[in-house]
Amino acid sequence: MNRFRSARTALPFGLSLLVSATLAAPAAQAADVNIYTSRQPELIQPVLDAFTDETGLSTATIFIDKGLEERIKAEGANSPADLIMTVDIGRLDAAKQAGVVQPVDSAVLADNIPEQFRDSEKEWFALTARGRVVYASKERVDIDAISYEELADPKWKGRLCTRSGQHQYNIALIAAYIAHHGEEAARQWVTGLRDNLARRPEGGDRDQAKAIYAGECDVALGNTYYVGKMATNEREPEQKEWANAIRVIMPTFDNGRTHVNISGVSLAKNAPHEENAIKLMEFLSSDEAQKIYAELNYEYPVEPGIETSELVKSFGDLKPDTLPLDEIAAHRTKASEIVDEVNYDGGPQS
Amino acid sequence: MSVIPSVHTRRFLPWRIDLRGRGDDGYLALAFLLAALVAMPFAALVWLAASGTSSNWTHLATTILPEASRVTLQLMLGVAILTGTFGVVTAWLVASFDFPGRRLFSWALVLPLAVPTYIAAYCFVEFLHFAGPVQSAIRAIFGLQSSRDYWFPDVRSLWGAILILSSVLYPYVYLTVRMVFLMQGRKAADVARTLGASQAAVFLKVLFPLARPAIAIGVSLALMESINDIGAVEFLGVRTLTFAVYSTWLNRGDLYGATQIALLMLAVIVMLVMVERFARRKQRFTLGRADRPQPGSEKLPGGKALLASAACALPILLGFAIPLLVLGDYALKRLDQLSDPQLWRALLHTVTLAGTTGLVTVAAGFMLAYGVRLTGSKRLLLMTRLAVLGYAVPGTVLAIGILIPLAGLDNWVDARMRAGFDVSTGLVLSGSGIAIVYAGFVRFMAMGHGSLESGFTKLSPHLDMAARTLGRSPGATLVEVLLPLMRPALLTAFLLVFVETSKELSATILLRPFDFETLATFVYAQTSRAAFEDGAVAALLIVLVGILPVAILNRSILSETARG
Repeated sequence: MNRFRSARTALPFGLSLLVSATLAAPAAQAADVNIYTSRQPELIQPVLDAFTDETGLSTATIFIDKGLEERIKAEGANSPADLIMTVDIGRLDAAKQAGVVQPVDSAVLADNIPEQFRDSEKEWFALTARGRVVYASKERVDIDAISYEELADPKWKGRLCTRSGQHQYNIALIAAYIAHHGEEAARQWVTGLRDNLARRPEGGDRDQAKAIYAGECDVALGNTYYVGKMATNEREPEQKEWANAIRVIMPTFDNGRTHVNISGVSLAKNAPHEENAIKLMEFLSSDEAQKIYAELNYEYPVEPGIETSELVKSFGDLKPDTLPLDEIAAHRTKASEIVDEVNYDGGPQS
Repeated sequence: MSVIPSVHTRRFLPWRIDLRGRGDDGYLALAFLLAALVAMPFAALVWLAASGTSSNWTHLATTILPEASRVTLQLMLGVAILTGTFGVVTAWLVASFDFPGRRLFSWALVLPLAVPTYIAAYCFVEFLHFAGPVQSAIRAIFGLQSSRDYWFPDVRSLWGAILILSSVLYPYVYLTVRMVFLMQGRKAADVARTLGASQAAVFLKVLFPLARPAIAIGVSLALMESINDIGAVEFLGVRTLTFAVYSTWLNRGDLYGATQIALLMLAVIVMLVMVERFARRKQRFTLGRADRPQPGSEKLPGGKALLASAACALPILLGFAIPLLVLGDYALKRLDQLSDPQLWRALLHTVTLAGTTGLVTVAAGFMLAYGVRLTGSKRLLLMTRLAVLGYAVPGTVLAIGILIPLAGLDNWVDARMRAGFDVSTGLVLSGSGIAIVYAGFVRFMAMGHGSLESGFTKLSPHLDMAARTLGRSPGATLVEVLLPLMRPALLTAFLLVFVETSKELSATILLRPFDFETLATFVYAQTSRAAFEDGAVAALLIVLVGILPVAILNRSILSETARG
């Protein structure tokens, strides 16, 4: 009475057992170097492939953009993660603060990466940099220099577009502003930006270029590499028109320098393949990898002397802010609070 | 897990079906264990919320929460009204009238369920933005140039979010309400018509009140999905409480505060559910006999028929045709992606995960629903009611609630094994697909359990008793009598969970092992580097994976009504 009455009933159960077994197969220690990354796999795979070609060591990745630190923390001593690769100084710092990374003593890294682009306690190392710049309408804006401070000037009223103030790239910029001018000035600045907005903050950086193309606004904040990606988008040639509608202006703080954010790498605290992982870290800072990065993603290599791509050169000279990055990270919480307090994402108030 | 129902029929069925509330203790214990499994992530979240003090509740309370609560309530209200309207009107039309395209509409109205909310949001924005087909046409017709020359509604707004979410979520209401209209509603409507009531009066005075519980069930599923959504609202710039959960956690490094907000939301939802149940506590609708579902056959005259067709076509157009059009357009330029083995692996993973999660969730939901039927335990009933709340928690937050206890258990076992046998077991549960299945099981218990519970309520307890009187053992009663009768409900539950899992993103992305992509994570990786277009082929596959179950689902629900 209790036996399965037909193959039709038994089949799904049998299948499900099989599938459960597949899913349960331990996935840890998947490769010679295991990477948890909040960078999209497409953007790092070519560099990882070059590493495998050179050393014969395999890599495995998991793309996790939210909760990466929490996962490693929960996994504890058995975490398979060797390296953590993330975008934004805030995330690198968060991993450090969460205690899921460890310092790396490497002469190669110290040699390849300028001091400004690595943690003083050696817990993270930047690999690429990107400027947070102004996209200005070629048609309607006739300037070739601007300061960040100036963006809050009422002359831009109804002409500015940005993505959400809570986005990590804007948070880092506001945090840098706090570091330069103090909290009160930053609050006034963000309020001024808000009052200059042409519309409620929405979309990503590309959407701001699109909005300039559409005539909704005249200036916008965006990262440098998006311009490269739009300008070379063969599949959606319409994006070339967006890129063509804007001019990149390197805005500066009053020290004459531009805010940059980074992507970087850290060694996981319980890395099971520490030696291989450090090898990969060193490779990522090498000429070869830095060149791939520069060409691939229109970013700025951190290693001095590596050329940027032709397209990036056309944006003009980037003079990165000399403000220590961990100082920016320290002001992030405040920056995020200010964005809420002035209801930046609510858009123009009048 | 999936074999448990057959095991318990052997071991745990009581010898007497006692409908007064005493049942088999062993079975009850097992059901409680299941309920505890569902509750564990919530317990972990409560522990997390209580273990640290949020660095800045004053900030949360004064600047974020009032505004986010207002936006969330408006969103819920809007989605409730619009999914209710779409769902009830279309269900009424296809169940009561004869008009051109009715047969087609009756199943096509379910299709938007296959479109994930975040994908719908991207497609709508693409479709309606400045350079999209609609605005381009407007500019061409009127000879305009810049967006400053004319006004066009901004779909990236609260209203846009309400419209988009409702367009893909109304099928929950449509499915549940249509069943009521076809079954209980038909006879009552016929009687009222015979007595001279107009169609409008029949709808307002007979059908609508009859469908209220079904509307409540459908709308609450739509609402829970709107509340836990982050992808769509973030992209549309709608700052809901869930958005606040993420900005508190990620930008202010305050996981405790984030968890506290999430639990606060959950408390509000529990209250809403209780109020709704209280409001219809006196209502009882039972089936008399099992009849074939009878759609009404009143032919609509020309103009009205056209109107009815248009009313049914509208939600399909919004929730299915527009997303399909946009995705199809991008996908056609990227057909070379079809030769990418990664894409097919992602498809395989998606189907495997969805199938497994479906089986596990249905098996567990079945045991819970059967446990309540068998024992009438009030405590078990309460626990099953709480079990459906997983759907209202933002996926990433729920995933953390799963990660912490699961990894904790793994590490505990590993340490014992290392000490005792010098063997490392590693992260068996949290480092494998099991964690994702578990997450899906907790998240989608609402779908699985809901269909089964309503399936059971339709089966008279006399069936169990008759089988027993005729000499069947308890196990045989379940296998030979109840399971065949429950098959449509089981299938419905399975397919709903299957479709939901194949769309699931936020828990999967945090819990998956190395090199384990699903279609949803594939799309997300593209989207998060601002290249949604490159994910179009995979997004289209998600929709296709969903269509087949959705079509079967539609048929199975109709045959369920036939079986009664």
